[in-house]
Amino acid sequence: MSTLAAVVLFIGILGYAVFGGADFGAGFWDLVAGGTKRGGRPRAVIDHSIAPVWEANHVWLIFIFVVLWTSFPTAYASITLTLFVPLTIAAFGIVLRGASFAFRKSVLSTRDRRTFGALFAVSSVMVPYCFGAIAGAIASGRVPDGGVAGDPWESWVNPTSILGGILAVCVCSYLAAVYLVWDARRLSDDTMVEYFRVRAIGAAIIAGTVAFVGIFVLANDAEYLFDGLTSRALPLVILSAACGVGSLLLLIRANHQGARLAAAGAVAAVIVGWGVAQWDYILPESLTVEDAAAPSGTIGAVLVATVLAVLFIFPAIAFLFVLDQRGLLPEEGVSGPVNESGEETQALT
Amino acid sequence: MVPMLSTLTSLLAVNPVPWARSQMAFTLAMHIILVPLGVSWAAMTLIANYKAIKHDDRDALLLAQRWSKYMAVTFAVGAVTGTVLSFEFGLLWPRFMGQWGQAFGVPFAFEGLFFFTEAVFVSIYIFGWKRLKPWTHFWTGIPIVLAGVMGSVSVIAANAWMNSPSGFTLNDAGDIVEVNPWEVIFNDAMPLMAAHMVVAAYVVGGFLVASVYAVGMLRGRRDRYHRLGFLIPFSVACLAIPVQMGVGDALARWVYNNQPMKFAAIELVPETSSDVPETLFGHLNDEGEVVGGIPIPGFASWLSDPADGTATVIQGLNSFPEDERPTYRQANVVHLAWDIMVGLGTLLFLLALWYWACWIFRKDMPQSKVFLWIASAAGVLSVITMEAGWVVSEVGRQPWIVYNLMKVEDAATGNTGVWMTFIGVIVLYAALAFTTIYVLRGMSRRFRRHEEAGETDDYGEEDVPYGPSSRPAPHDEHSSSESDADLEPQDVS
Repeated sequence: MSTLAAVVLFIGILGYAVFGGADFGAGFWDLVAGGTKRGGRPRAVIDHSIAPVWEANHVWLIFIFVVLWTSFPTAYASITLTLFVPLTIAAFGIVLRGASFAFRKSVLSTRDRRTFGALFAVSSVMVPYCFGAIAGAIASGRVPDGGVAGDPWESWVNPTSILGGILAVCVCSYLAAVYLVWDARRLSDDTMVEYFRVRAIGAAIIAGTVAFVGIFVLANDAEYLFDGLTSRALPLVILSAACGVGSLLLLIRANHQGARLAAAGAVAAVIVGWGVAQWDYILPESLTVEDAAAPSGTIGAVLVATVLAVLFIFPAIAFLFVLDQRGLLPEEGVSGPVNESGEETQALT
Repeated sequence: MVPMLSTLTSLLAVNPVPWARSQMAFTLAMHIILVPLGVSWAAMTLIANYKAIKHDDRDALLLAQRWSKYMAVTFAVGAVTGTVLSFEFGLLWPRFMGQWGQAFGVPFAFEGLFFFTEAVFVSIYIFGWKRLKPWTHFWTGIPIVLAGVMGSVSVIAANAWMNSPSGFTLNDAGDIVEVNPWEVIFNDAMPLMAAHMVVAAYVVGGFLVASVYAVGMLRGRRDRYHRLGFLIPFSVACLAIPVQMGVGDALARWVYNNQPMKFAAIELVPETSSDVPETLFGHLNDEGEVVGGIPIPGFASWLSDPADGTATVIQGLNSFPEDERPTYRQANVVHLAWDIMVGLGTLLFLLALWYWACWIFRKDMPQSKVFLWIASAAGVLSVITMEAGWVVSEVGRQPWIVYNLMKVEDAATGNTGVWMTFIGVIVLYAALAFTTIYVLRGMSRRFRRHEEAGETDDYGEEDVPYGPSSRPAPHDEHSSSESDADLEPQDVS
């Protein structure tokens, strides 16, 4: 039962990384897109790519919290007590990001819009850094068991956390760039396809390098994790590397769809690898998943809610995406159907 | 750098409990304003939508479309402030969550489900204006209404659990060893508290939306569009408020039977006795004597159990150990909040009577300026009523976070920097509130300008944050035709 809850928890983390991560990464590209004029076009693609998603990806985060505090309450207490500072920064970042993105979109003057845009972009980088640092703190065993606070600073200002933070920002940017290539292509904007393709390749190389350097950091700073990654999680590490290289090659050969899947696969493999490597601890070397788990009644309820979510929400989201891709009703008499699918694209003028 | 930071931390160390309390109270107080809109606005929009399709009513259609856009804004802001709350559970109350999360947390698993359903269908409904047939589109709004109600019921179930914790087994060490999720969710306090909040959402949402159109009518916008915009939400609120009086009365009696110390604080009763007067206003001094106020003899006793009348005994605050009941100061806050809630609630009820009486006798809504003045104030007044009710519920539970099982001070974080995050939160929320109002006003003005210019709003999806962007971004044909660059900046392309 506790294993099942841990699996559900990791599915949440996976979802947040692969979908939410790309949203954050898009903010990174927004940040580095340059001045109002030069950055205008990439920003427009970014806007278009995030807008329909409606910040919905934070639901993964809420899901992670709910699973943690119901199914692993003592671990949750330890994490929030120890990692108060990065969690607070992340919370502020999420509010700033959500609000500034919503409000910059169409309602304010150019000057205000720039301010909101900057807030959006800076917080998009801050939040994944904090989450990466938090993951690093947990994975390197710096969050003690027993609902007591570990060191409020050293717990997340340490080699593994810094690695986690930087890696998270790199991975998000990489994912986002790869997805944005796809979005730009849907918009038939060849200049932007090229723009993001170059950046995706760059981000892939940097993320790969950081991950490679990270192995040495972990060997010194997070031995339990390192041992796990080099033994039982080794296949996943290799898979991730293979996916990463694969997506790089596909990007170079301009196979955007394949690159997108491979990139997501690379990130997913890293996340699952992290989980497998620190198994069977939820807080490495101080609290096992089994000891941390709530009574079966609670976990059962969480699983029921999860199954219901899959049954109800996935069809609803599918419906939403169908609507998004569907043309407008003819009798509305509004011009030009929006085509998102490649096949029946009419001229987007 | 780390030692320097540590020194800094210890210098700024302040007892976190009052700050954690204040921050939680502040963020909840802000979030709860958005809740009624999230719960009831969709229903009012659907009423307008129904009218629009059934009677081919252009005004109603316009209202429904505009409301759905406003709703998306308030919903987005509510989602953000709600996310903050989910952080705060852990950041401010880690010991509470650590010990009780396995029971208290259960309703949130379902709340998440309903919230997300609502979010997806809000998006579908906004997308649907242009993309679905009218009736199909109407039906995609129904899940918003249901999920809104169920979501708030879930949250209240968790809050009710704090008042009447049940559905778990403790071992000798006081740790939870077994949980019955069903009993956690359907705890004793849940049905009435949930009903009270859901009906409140309809009362407040109705009065709040109607008050905007009442102001418009006072400013001379007496067209049919404004009339409808007033009538639909105001009728909803005026139907809900008599129900609310009944639910509230039942809940008060439940508190009398199950949470005697909260009840003692509500009725300002220091010593156990019968023939307790209902004291309007007044307070307890440091010695615990009732000072000031207007007593109605025996009325509190009579209300607590009309069957026994004024002979009904009410337990006093002093019959509980001092550290296990609200302090006198807290009791004063509870009592004042209670008076405000009941007083304003009654006032709103009388307003509803006036409204219905006019409909019955004159077959029309009251037209007088006085009525419209009060109706314009009713939105804010109903928000104050709701906030007061929430203060009664929360402060009345002090010093407990889990009634009779865990005190607030034992639940809080040990992090001493909470005062800084609190200040940060205030600044952030002030900006958020300002921007939200600014954005909503901007939308409303733009709609009016379009109207005066004789244009129809194209269904205006692009006004909505996170709404669909129906236009391909880099090739924007709309923006070049926009004249009001002030509110609608040209797209950067």
